[in-house]
Amino acid sequence: MHLAYPAVLSALLFAIGVYGLLARRNAILVLMSVELMLNAVNLNLVAFDVWLSTTLRDTLHGGQALTLFTIALAAAEIGIGLAIVLLVYRNRGSSDVDRLRDTAETEADDDAEARAAEAALAADEARVATPYDSPAEKAEAAR
Amino acid sequence: MTALTTAALATAARSADAVQHRGFLSPTGVEIVFLLVGLVTVGAAVLTVTTRQLVHAALWLVVALGGIAVEYLLLTAEFIAWVQVLIYVGSVVVLLLFGLMLTRAPIGRSPDTDSGNRPVALAVALATAATLVWVVVDAFRTTWIDLDQAVQGSTEVTGAALFSSWVLPFEALSVLLLAALVGAIVLSRRTGDEDPGAPASGAPASGDGATPGPEGTR
Repeated sequence: MHLAYPAVLSALLFAIGVYGLLARRNAILVLMSVELMLNAVNLNLVAFDVWLSTTLRDTLHGGQALTLFTIALAAAEIGIGLAIVLLVYRNRGSSDVDRLRDTAETEADDDAEARAAEAALAADEARVATPYDSPAEKAEAAR
Repeated sequence: MTALTTAALATAARSADAVQHRGFLSPTGVEIVFLLVGLVTVGAAVLTVTTRQLVHAALWLVVALGGIAVEYLLLTAEFIAWVQVLIYVGSVVVLLLFGLMLTRAPIGRSPDTDSGNRPVALAVALATAATLVWVVVDAFRTTWIDLDQAVQGSTEVTGAALFSSWVLPFEALSVLLLAALVGAIVLSRRTGDEDPGAPASGAPASGDGATPGPEGTR
């Protein structure tokens, strides 16, 4: 079998996973796309492992071992990911990744931050211009 | 030295001859089956990421993962194939279906499964596919997997490699699975249930599983 067949298939599956990851809105569908990408990588690993074993007499079988590890990692990832999605759903009432925008920076935030920074700068400048608040402090510093 | 070189050259010439006989226009039976199953797999994957019915996406994912398991079998990696069927089709998809049910996914078409950046996603995916396919075909156009030799992925071979060379990563992985299990339990435990005497109007950050708001019915 040509090695190009499994390699091209896994490249296509990876691209489909990228599309789903970017285009989907529901968090669980995003997790499904991640599974597709992981499977594409697994197919690549197995194909190259079989190729190396048959041509170079490689007996380490690193590709197959790594595939098994990736499958176990994917199982762990899907468990943790679903737990997080359920937690978010319980707290927010929605599992849309588009609605989870608490840490997003909006323009209003930027304006407020800019105003606060300007105010702090102005206060600092005022402080530098008049370093001593009272004549008593000034006299103490002069002594 | 010269003998070695001539031998290597002869081998190279012979393999080059063999490669030239293996064109893409005269596929073997295994390749034909691989192509057909690959078409089914890619189609199911496309439906997984484009269908508007959430439960159908999980079911198409079963088809795609099963197709990949058949591809493993065609590549003579039978142990990986059965692990794929057991873990992915058997447990991961069931977990995903449970997640869909617990987040009250609507049965039937839902209007907004795709976010607004579909064109950008399509462009990125097409660029990824074009780049990867071009590079891979350019690099491995003449590479041939000889599947008629001894089976390289039987349970005996894989087990021997796994438990002779890869024992330490294997054990580390079991620790990681345990950590993931504990983490999932900690994350999904309702802290409010342990303390029934707590005031009902507690801090909202306690995450005590209050009923989702009206927008949660979607």
